[in-house]
Amino acid sequence: MSEQTFDPAADPQAHLVAADGQRPAPTGFWSRLAASNLMVTVLAIVTAMLIGGVLIAMADPKTQDAAHYFFQYPWDTFTYGFQAIWHGYVALFEGAIFNPHTAASGTLAGYFNPISETLTNATPLILGGLSVGLAFRAGLFNIGGQGQVIAGAICAGFVGFHWQLPYGLHLLLGIIAGILGGAAWGGLAGLLKAKTGAHEVITTIMLNYIALYLLAYLLSVKGFQKPPYGQAISYPVHKTAQLPPLLGGSVRVHAGLILALLAAWFFAWLIDRSTLGFRLRAVGANQFAARTAGMNVENSYITVMLIAGALCGLAGVSQILGTNTQLTGDIDAGIGFDAITVALLGRANAKGIVAAGLLFGALHAGGTQMQSATGTPIDLVQVIQALIVLFIAAPMLVRAIWRIKGTGTGIGGQMAKGWNG
Amino acid sequence: MRQSLKILAALGAASLLIAGCSKPSSSVAQEQPTNGNNTAAAGGSLKACMVLDVGGVDDHSFNQSSWAGLQAANKANPNIKISYVPSSSQNDYTPNLTAETNKGCDTVIAVGGLMTEAVQKIAKKNPQQHYAQIDSASTAPNVYGLQYNTAQGGFLGGYLAAGMTHTGTVGTYGGLNIPPVTIYMDGFWEGVQYYNQQNNKNVKVLGWDETNQKGGTFANSFTDANKGKQITQQFQQQGADIVFPVAGGTGVGSAAAAAASNGQLAVIWVDTDGCESVAQYCKYFLTSVTKNLTGSVQEYVNKAASGTFPTGNYIGTLENDGTGLAPFHDWDSKVPADLKSQLDQVKADIISGKIKIKSPSQPK
Repeated sequence: MSEQTFDPAADPQAHLVAADGQRPAPTGFWSRLAASNLMVTVLAIVTAMLIGGVLIAMADPKTQDAAHYFFQYPWDTFTYGFQAIWHGYVALFEGAIFNPHTAASGTLAGYFNPISETLTNATPLILGGLSVGLAFRAGLFNIGGQGQVIAGAICAGFVGFHWQLPYGLHLLLGIIAGILGGAAWGGLAGLLKAKTGAHEVITTIMLNYIALYLLAYLLSVKGFQKPPYGQAISYPVHKTAQLPPLLGGSVRVHAGLILALLAAWFFAWLIDRSTLGFRLRAVGANQFAARTAGMNVENSYITVMLIAGALCGLAGVSQILGTNTQLTGDIDAGIGFDAITVALLGRANAKGIVAAGLLFGALHAGGTQMQSATGTPIDLVQVIQALIVLFIAAPMLVRAIWRIKGTGTGIGGQMAKGWNG
Repeated sequence: MRQSLKILAALGAASLLIAGCSKPSSSVAQEQPTNGNNTAAAGGSLKACMVLDVGGVDDHSFNQSSWAGLQAANKANPNIKISYVPSSSQNDYTPNLTAETNKGCDTVIAVGGLMTEAVQKIAKKNPQQHYAQIDSASTAPNVYGLQYNTAQGGFLGGYLAAGMTHTGTVGTYGGLNIPPVTIYMDGFWEGVQYYNQQNNKNVKVLGWDETNQKGGTFANSFTDANKGKQITQQFQQQGADIVFPVAGGTGVGSAAAAAASNGQLAVIWVDTDGCESVAQYCKYFLTSVTKNLTGSVQEYVNKAASGTFPTGNYIGTLENDGTGLAPFHDWDSKVPADLKSQLDQVKADIISGKIKIKSPSQPK
């Protein structure tokens, strides 16, 4: 594929595509790899990073200054631009995977802080991604992650700071409370859809607002708000209810990661092995056919939203009992919405979602370091994430840019189903 | 492959063109360039780093004012090197504080009381590192706490409003019913009551009553200018001719309502001097009740640069200019000299303790 020319006349295959829209089946290992969804995903990430690089250069003040005299010394612009990109992506790597500067101190935190940050950020993203992914599989579009995370965090947090219980039991009850809180919030949307036909996209968005303002109200109420009542922040969760750190107290990664991986395993089992999962997939594929086959579609909606809410509730648990210890107005940290992109990137299957969660977690952890070390705004990371999903949703675009042949559906079909459900 | 290169090259060229058209912007440039060496050697050198709360550096509010303090310090003494990192959610507090601590900053300034716990934890882990914390009391020996008793500034604003109203009715509303907001409204309300008591008048306050802390009018937003306009016009219909919004960007709606009122309505701006932060509405601003984050941050880093890091707590008051009234600007000729001298007296009485402010939200 390296020596193809742009002229369609010299490229019989491109001509063929143009002529009848049919592509010859790819042959050979590399061709099949190139045509696979995995390859499209990887190339989508690479393309997004390349565009991100251009944006880094554009945001770099030295490059901007050099661009003013671009036509005298164009080389300056390129040199500074490439320097900015290089430093930016090196910092991204150092923040997400391994930082030789801090590792030189020889401490545990020096070695493992970057990877710990990646895992800490990935934990709620994986849980949220599983929630959205599960709803996708049943043909529902769960935009209510924010509300479900908040509901879970409120319940888990309340148990965590209000009750006095021994180690173990306290954490267990906190987790259960978070699951129930999220499930109730998600289940409500499922119930409304099943009983009244209210579209879940609308109800989940509205439930987001309700959760957000409920939280804002609670943070002004005695019993929730921490004295001296100067800030909208809750009491801190007791030590007994906190998820234990996995690598000692000096880095942040906590047992919420184990919950996330267990949840991913549960997701895979539920979807691929259980009867319930089969029913959910059938409803997702075609609710009318499922109904004709004797399945209870309404019941499935309620069930799937209960489980999806519970998964987001767990993300809330990870937020309040793990990463943070106090509730504030933005305890959800945008997870509910990032979860949608994680689920799309992960193509709504367990392994994919775990990988996508790790990637986004790494991007965020690296973005923090990139911002601190080079001054590149962390917003850029959001842009890269959005571009990745954009390219994944439009696999034809990636194939066109990289001149790859082959067919294969993107996530687009899945998304469309979610909307029509 | 070649086509993809073409696309990339085109993208690159387009981006350079765009970059070439734009001004060199300092909003993304966080490491400020230093001009000249040792121009102010007496001031000493310092690497001051700031961790901002959510909302970004251009939030027209406390992030922006705090960062302006560092910028002013850097301008006066280029040996003070400054940088900031914004937070996109509370998840970022700890990693941002950690990154800035590891970067070798002489002091790390945390903006916003929500970061209190994260600062306390990291300050204990790094007892040699200096920290400053805005909007919260000091939580460790190496943390300097900066707080602001804006009820005092609000009191002056209330007194002024009561003295300037023609209709005998003034209004105030908040962004959220939280103490950093209601402390201004308390002060404003008390200022009006004090004016009534001193001058035997009966000026009414819409939107807030200090004795009922759960009531009051709130926009539930710090950004929704339409909501601010709506509330302000409701106040106007109920007879108010001066409105004091304590709601960040939502207050811009009040200024817009004033602009649409044919001179029937004036606004008292909050936090910063409105004639600088929302300059297009300057002529509708009677004055502004300020919270001098900029000055106090600048003072802190100047002291730190000269070698002594302040410890304990700073409380911004009328006495140390940590809060107060901004200049009257366009209204200077319209405020009677008599009222101005009364305001000076009220200010002196608050400083001397003759007037006691009762707001429950005051920092102790």
